[in-house]
Amino acid sequence: MATKVVMEALSPTMEEGRLVEWKKREGDPVAQGDVLAEVETDKAVMELVARADGVLLKHAVAEGTTVPVGALVAVIGAAGEDVSALLGGAAPAGAAGNGAPAPAGVAPAAATAAAPAPPPVAAEPVAAAAGRLKASPLARRLATEQGIDLRLVRGTGPEGRIVQRDVEQAVATGTAALGAAAAATAAPVSLPLPAAPGGFTEVPLTPMRKAIAKRLTASLGPIPTFYLTAEADMERVAEAREALNASVAPGEAKVSFNDIIVKAVALALRQHPACNAWWTETAIRQWHDVHIGMAVAIDDGLITPVIRSAHAKPLARIAAEARDLAARARARKLAPEEYTGSTFSISNLGIFDIDDFTAVINPPEAAILAVGRIAAKPVARDGAVVVRRMLRLTLSCDHRVIDGATGAQFLRTVTQMLANPLAML
Amino acid sequence: MPTLTYRDALNQALREEMARDDRVFLMGEEVGLYQGAYKVSRGLLDEFGPMRVVDTPITELGFAGVGVGAAMTGLRPVIEFMTWNFALLAIDQLVNGAAKLRYMSGGQVAVPIVFRGPGGAALQLAAQHSQAFESYYAHVPGLKVVAPATPADAKGLLKAAIRDDDPVVFIEGEMLYNTKGEVPEGEVVTPIGRADVKRAGGDVTLVCHSKTVGTCLRAAEQLAEQGIQAEVLDLRTIRPLDVAAILASVEKTHRCVVAEEGWPFAGVGAQVVDEIQRAIFDELDAPVLRVTGADVPMPYNRHLEKLAKVDAAKVVAAARKVLYLE
Repeated sequence: MATKVVMEALSPTMEEGRLVEWKKREGDPVAQGDVLAEVETDKAVMELVARADGVLLKHAVAEGTTVPVGALVAVIGAAGEDVSALLGGAAPAGAAGNGAPAPAGVAPAAATAAAPAPPPVAAEPVAAAAGRLKASPLARRLATEQGIDLRLVRGTGPEGRIVQRDVEQAVATGTAALGAAAAATAAPVSLPLPAAPGGFTEVPLTPMRKAIAKRLTASLGPIPTFYLTAEADMERVAEAREALNASVAPGEAKVSFNDIIVKAVALALRQHPACNAWWTETAIRQWHDVHIGMAVAIDDGLITPVIRSAHAKPLARIAAEARDLAARARARKLAPEEYTGSTFSISNLGIFDIDDFTAVINPPEAAILAVGRIAAKPVARDGAVVVRRMLRLTLSCDHRVIDGATGAQFLRTVTQMLANPLAML
Repeated sequence: MPTLTYRDALNQALREEMARDDRVFLMGEEVGLYQGAYKVSRGLLDEFGPMRVVDTPITELGFAGVGVGAAMTGLRPVIEFMTWNFALLAIDQLVNGAAKLRYMSGGQVAVPIVFRGPGGAALQLAAQHSQAFESYYAHVPGLKVVAPATPADAKGLLKAAIRDDDPVVFIEGEMLYNTKGEVPEGEVVTPIGRADVKRAGGDVTLVCHSKTVGTCLRAAEQLAEQGIQAEVLDLRTIRPLDVAAILASVEKTHRCVVAEEGWPFAGVGAQVVDEIQRAIFDELDAPVLRVTGADVPMPYNRHLEKLAKVDAAKVVAAARKVLYLE
C-alpha cells in the first residue's frame, strides 16, 4: 500500500516549508532514511527523509513551492501502483495512520532533554492542511492580531470558510492560540503603507525573514524594554588574550574578544540569575545553566546558535564551539537543537565599527546584550588622561522580568570581570 | 420643517433657482402649458413666462442640443426629459457634446447644464419604459450623475446641480414623486458627491440610491426585528462616487450589500464592489453581494415584473447571507 510523504515540522517553530530540491526523482527506488528532498524551514535548510521503503511514485509539489506542515508532498509505494486516490486530497492533514512521522519537532527537540524546549502546541489541526485554508480576509487579519492559528479553527461559513465569528469564538475560548511567545503578543498596530515617489523592488519574504519578523515584532510590541549602557576597560582582556593566543597549539581556535565576553557574561549571569530568565505567561523562569545565544549574521538573515552551559566551559572550548557554530550557521547546516533554547543572547556588531547600539530581545528571554567595538579612547585614570581600549555594552531588559537595579548590577559585574579578567578564574 | 412631496421639492428648487439667476431656464416636452408630465414645473410658466419655460416638439436630440448650445453661450439651461427612457434619443448630445466640450476646447467652453427627468421602473410600463440608466451616464468622464431618494435631497441636489458649472445628469425616481418628507426652508444646497447615512447600524452596510433607499430602509426594519443592525448608506450621487463614505461604513460593519434598480452587468454596484475590495480587502468578512433588477428586459406581466424588481425581501436575504445566517 502506498505511503504519503508529508511536509514534516523540521524545526520546533516551523509552520511551513519550502521544497528546495528533490533528491529523489519519480520512479526512483527509496529506502527508509533516504533523503528525499531538501526543505527550507524558517531557520535552515533541512533534509526530508523517507519513512517507508518502495518507489517514489509521485512528487505532489514542485521545487520552490512552500507548503504548510502536514501537507502531502510525495507518495511512496509499489512500482505501478495507482496513487490517484491519495493525490485527490480527500485525506485529512498529517496523514496519521500511514506511519507518518510524529509532528512538530518531537524528535530533534527531545534529543537534548537537558536544554529548554519551546512550549508545545496543544491542539490538533482541524483544517485539512492538504487543501487550501479558507478564511475571510477579516478573519485572517483578526487571527494575526489575536495570535490565533487558523489551522486550529473550525470554520462555520460556506465550505468551511473561517469567518469573523469563528476567530472571535477561538479567542473567547482560548483555543487555537499560536505558541506561547506569540500568545503573549498583544494586537500590533498595523499602519497603512504610505505612498512614496519613485519605483521600488519587492523582495519576497523567505521563511526565515517571516520568522525574524514574527519574533521581533513579538518583541518590540508587547515587551516593555529598557536599556542600560556601560563602558568596560578592555586593556587587561587584551593583554590576557595575547598571552592566551601566544600559547595556542597550531590548528586550535584562537580566543576572540567575543569568546571572552561570552565567558564573562555567562559567569556574571550565574551571579545574577534574575537576568538568566524567561518570561512565561504564568511565571518567570530563572535558568540554572547559562545557554548563550550568539547572534550570527548570515546571507539573508540572522540566526542565534547556542553555546550551551557557557559558564562551565573553558575559554578554549567556547572559542572552538563558537567558530564551528558560526561556520555551520552561515552554511545553514545547524540542527534545530543548536539554535533553540538559549537563556540569554549576545549580539556583537563590533566588527562593523559600531560604537554602541540597542539589541532587540529574543523572547521569551528577558535580556540581550549589545556589544559594540573596542576602541582606544582617552579616559581619566587617577587624575590623569590615559589612552585605554574601551568597550561599550548595552543591555536590553524586559522590565516584566528585570528591574533597573537588577540589570545594572548584572552589567556592572560584567564590566568588572572584563576590566579585571582574573576575576573570572 | 414643512413636509413636501418629492415633486413639490423639485418644483421649489426650480422656482428658487430661476428667481435667483435669470440665466436659468427650463425646456422640454410639456413643461409649460401642461405644467409637466409629472407636474414638476407646475406654475413656472405663469411666474417666469414663455422665454424661460419653453415647450418643445417631441425631438429629444434637438432640444438637448439647443440646451448644450445655450449653456456654451452663457445660459444655464435645465432640460427636462419626460423620462430617461426617451433620453436615449438624445444621448449623443450628452456623451459627445456636453460631457466633452470643456475638455476638447482646452477649457475655453464650459457647459453648465442640467438634464433631468424620471428614471427607473414604475408599474407595468413594460420593457422600453422601465429602465434605470444611472450606470450609462456614470460611465462617461465629464458627466456628474445625481439620483436623490428623498424630497429634501431632491431639492438640495437640484439647486446644487443648477449651480454647477459642468453638465449634471439628474435622475429622479418616477415612483418617488408622490413620496413625502420634511424639506428645510430657504437656501439649502446639498453638495454633489456626498453620500448620506439614512440609518445607522453596525452589522451590515446596505449601499443604495434613489428608489432602493426606501427598499433598504424597509429591509433594515425587518433585519432589526431579527436583531441585525443595518446601516443604510444613500449614495445620492453616483459620480463622483463618495468612496470615503462607503469605505468608512464597511470598515465598521465588515459586510456589505449593494442594491440598485438597474441591471447587474457593469452596474453601479459593480463599481462600489471594486472600490471596497481594492481599498479594504482585509476588512471584509464576506464577499460583497449585489441586489439588482433581473438581467432581462422588464416583463409587462405583473407577477413577472414583481419578480424582476429589487425588493426588501431580496435585500434581507442578501444581508443574512453576508452575515452567514443562511
